[in-house]
Amino acid sequence: MAGAVNLLVQSHPINSALSLIAVMASLAAEYLLLGAEFVAAVQVIVYAGAIMVLFVITIMLLNAGKEERTKGSRVATLLGIPGVLIGAVLVAWTLLNRSNMQTVPIGALKGDPSDIARLLFRDFLLPFEVTSVLILIAIMGAVVLASRPEPVARGPRKDA
Amino acid sequence: MVPLSYYLLLSGILFVCGVLGFLIKRNIITIFMSIELMLNGVNLSFVAFAAHWHALSGQVFVFFVMVVAAAEAAVGLAIIIAVYRTRETLNVDQVNLLKL
Repeated sequence: MAGAVNLLVQSHPINSALSLIAVMASLAAEYLLLGAEFVAAVQVIVYAGAIMVLFVITIMLLNAGKEERTKGSRVATLLGIPGVLIGAVLVAWTLLNRSNMQTVPIGALKGDPSDIARLLFRDFLLPFEVTSVLILIAIMGAVVLASRPEPVARGPRKDA
Repeated sequence: MVPLSYYLLLSGILFVCGVLGFLIKRNIITIFMSIELMLNGVNLSFVAFAAHWHALSGQVFVFFVMVVAAAEAAVGLAIIIAVYRTRETLNVDQVNLLKL
């Protein structure tokens, strides 16, 4: 996917965000090809919709400009690129040698929303409820973190 | 018919791009987007394996990963806003208050 590489190359964060949206959209198409319609829909709604809107709003809110190269970034580049490349080559080598090239038929999976719902609400009911609590906590944490610190004096002071 | 390893390879490429971005980028928002890219790569391999083994549990797990990613994005961006408010920068090299 060219979009993922573009995310790295772009120096302006808004361009990276747009290429990330391209990656999300192509991944949704990939899920559709695999027959996972529910996951594709959720991918478009949650990732390309909600999360990317959050990112873009934050970028605009903070007026993010081009990033500048620093000493630390050069060190990270020098150390990071060879290490990551070695890891990538290892993973690719393992995949291409060890896997017996089994094929996945296009649209093979019964990704019906009804089947997934049955699984989600019967077998995975407890994790589902736990994630709802997690989401609630995350929302409250985000609101607390992003809200401005309150001015200390609120209401009539006792000693004034 | 697409070989399973192609999907895994694509997922690995996405993950490696995320790791590279995490290491190279200095903008905190772009680093955050790299994390999302890594999560997406893992999701792709989940769905590919689910299709391969004809098991729907993989898709349910992708759903959970997405939920956690959404929560993490909300909290992380709130933290970024708070950091920007106090430090006036988005460069992670300048957020060094914890350094000795």
